[in-house]
Amino acid sequence: MEVIYSMMTLTLIFSTPIIITAIGGMFSERSGVVNVALEGIMMIGGFTAATSIVFLEKSTSFAPWIALLFGLIAGVLISLVHAYISINLGAEQVISGTAINLLAGGLTVYLSQVIFHQQRTQSFETGFIKTTYPGLSKIPIIGRIFFENIYPTVYIALIIVIASWYVLYKTPFGLRLRATGEHPQAVDSVGISVYKMRYIGVLLSGALGGLGGAIMVLTFDTQYTIGSIHGVGFIALASLIFGKWKPAGVLGASLFFGFSQILSVYSTDFAFLAKFPQEFFKILPYLLTIVALLIFSGSSVGPKAAGEPYDKGQR
Amino acid sequence: MKKFLVMLLVLSLVMTAFVGCAKKEEPVKTEEPAKTEEPAKTEEPAAAEPVVETPDFTVGLVTDVGGIDDKSFNQGTWEGIVRFAEDTGVKTKYLQSASDADYNPNLATFSDEELDLIVAPGFLFADAMSEVAGNFPDQKYLIIDSVVGDRPNLVSAVFAENEGSFLTGVAAALKADEAGKDTVGFIGGMDFDLIQKFEAGFEAGVAAVNPDMKVLIEYAGSFSDTQIGQTLAAKMFDQGAYIIYHAAGGTGNGLIKEAKDRRTNGEDVWAIGVDRDQYADGIYDGDNSAVLTSMMKRVDVAAYDVAAKTLAGEFPGGEVLVYSLANDGVGIPAENPNLSDEIVNTVNEYKTKVISGEIEVPVLPNRLK
Repeated sequence: MEVIYSMMTLTLIFSTPIIITAIGGMFSERSGVVNVALEGIMMIGGFTAATSIVFLEKSTSFAPWIALLFGLIAGVLISLVHAYISINLGAEQVISGTAINLLAGGLTVYLSQVIFHQQRTQSFETGFIKTTYPGLSKIPIIGRIFFENIYPTVYIALIIVIASWYVLYKTPFGLRLRATGEHPQAVDSVGISVYKMRYIGVLLSGALGGLGGAIMVLTFDTQYTIGSIHGVGFIALASLIFGKWKPAGVLGASLFFGFSQILSVYSTDFAFLAKFPQEFFKILPYLLTIVALLIFSGSSVGPKAAGEPYDKGQR
Repeated sequence: MKKFLVMLLVLSLVMTAFVGCAKKEEPVKTEEPAKTEEPAKTEEPAAAEPVVETPDFTVGLVTDVGGIDDKSFNQGTWEGIVRFAEDTGVKTKYLQSASDADYNPNLATFSDEELDLIVAPGFLFADAMSEVAGNFPDQKYLIIDSVVGDRPNLVSAVFAENEGSFLTGVAAALKADEAGKDTVGFIGGMDFDLIQKFEAGFEAGVAAVNPDMKVLIEYAGSFSDTQIGQTLAAKMFDQGAYIIYHAAGGTGNGLIKEAKDRRTNGEDVWAIGVDRDQYADGIYDGDNSAVLTSMMKRVDVAAYDVAAKTLAGEFPGGEVLVYSLANDGVGIPAENPNLSDEIVNTVNEYKTKVISGEIEVPVLPNRLK
């Protein structure tokens, strides 16, 4: 039983950056801008966080939190590029996103070279530390899963999911954002700026993507390297689709992705799982994404206008 | 707009023309004097050359996408070459590859320039090295950390990782015994023969000190997945592992992070680094490090040694040189703040036994025997 609890906690930790980044992608796509740049945004966020913590950790004990904020801001800045290209210039959004992904790898390594004279950032000392919360950890079951040996960043992810659900479905802003992604002409006809809504959507995805990348580096790594993000941005994109562009769905899909990875680590410990090769658990999430795409492809569940530049004259 | 585009096009054409010229000129220049010199030089005069103050000898390094300051193999090799240049006054050059596709052209560029020894670190270069060495039979090549056979003008330098890992195994077992713990662990990147050598050596080292100590073995399936690295480490520490040794590149960062977290929380666990001294990566709380020791591959020793042999006219073409404990090609760092003098002394005793042949370190882990 102890093992099961550990697996649950590790799943939460593992999924945190995926959840946050996928929710970011959700805001962008709900506003009608496809964002495949999540991976690149995470890299920029992770690099910025790792760099700022190296410089800050000697002077303040809040360094990890400030580094998260910087990572978030860096994500917003890089997503501005994507926003301008896709919204103002009306360029193909997938191309723009791919360009940012390619740029991020080179840019972060180049900046590491300039700042630290090596191909990765210097290793930092503090980062986030797994914590057990006295008192709370005594609650049966829940305490063991949510409050023992866990990173505080997990709570950020859960708060973001709830907040994003509220914003998306319970506020006028959310309604407008969703409408922009479905039928921008209709939104424009009632006097709401489509450009503004889309900018907000893309910048939110930048903020959350940057935050996800920063958390990724500060919880799992000792420094930023070119391999630090290793495709988690794309997994986030997949869980966005698998989660049907809905906060709860995205949460479930991200947790599922994380859990299957944890399962691959623990598979050797369970007799009935040890029969499967470890690789099976590694491909499981991707396999299920493809299956999900096959099933949902008939009934398109994504935002209708996603990927199309807004054309005022179109009817 | 159109005018601007036309200008841009013209400009780029002119630029390429110049670039083309420059490239064409260079090989012509080097080829002419070299052709007359080359046949006469290679055999005997080369051996006599070291007498001259600054020998006309250039060592070239082609790096992979990491540069010469990657704090890893490229940098280690480059340091060996630079140290050799400082000692002898030879010239050095390097080319950094922007992608895998650059290995071949970069090696060929140095071959065209007829450098005296062309070096590349890492198994990634195996195919490119074999091809280029075949195309330029008069040039001399060194590939580090990989074996490329059948080329009389190519030397392969490999490391006895099992011997180095044996020492980390000894250190881990001694440290665990000292703390009264009975389990240690190993995380490998991918399950193939090179990484299995690390596993086998570590296992044997542990068993040499304490045959009853348990060694947990896990493979991450990746060399860059810090998430899996951390998860595996958490699982193994939970299962009672006191010290975990990794041979998993970037994946190992996850292990070191987990060890740092646990030590910060007052738990007594350790990580052992690989390839280079990873002590600095494990630093937490100012001066403490969660990295117990590291298994170092001395690529600099290999680069220096082969360059010296080549300069002396004794280029060991076609051979596979093994850098082991005997010639300081592998080993633990000179300074190990987390190991007591007693442990370091015992580790050194084992080192002598391996060098003298009293202990033979296996290459195959127990599970595959």
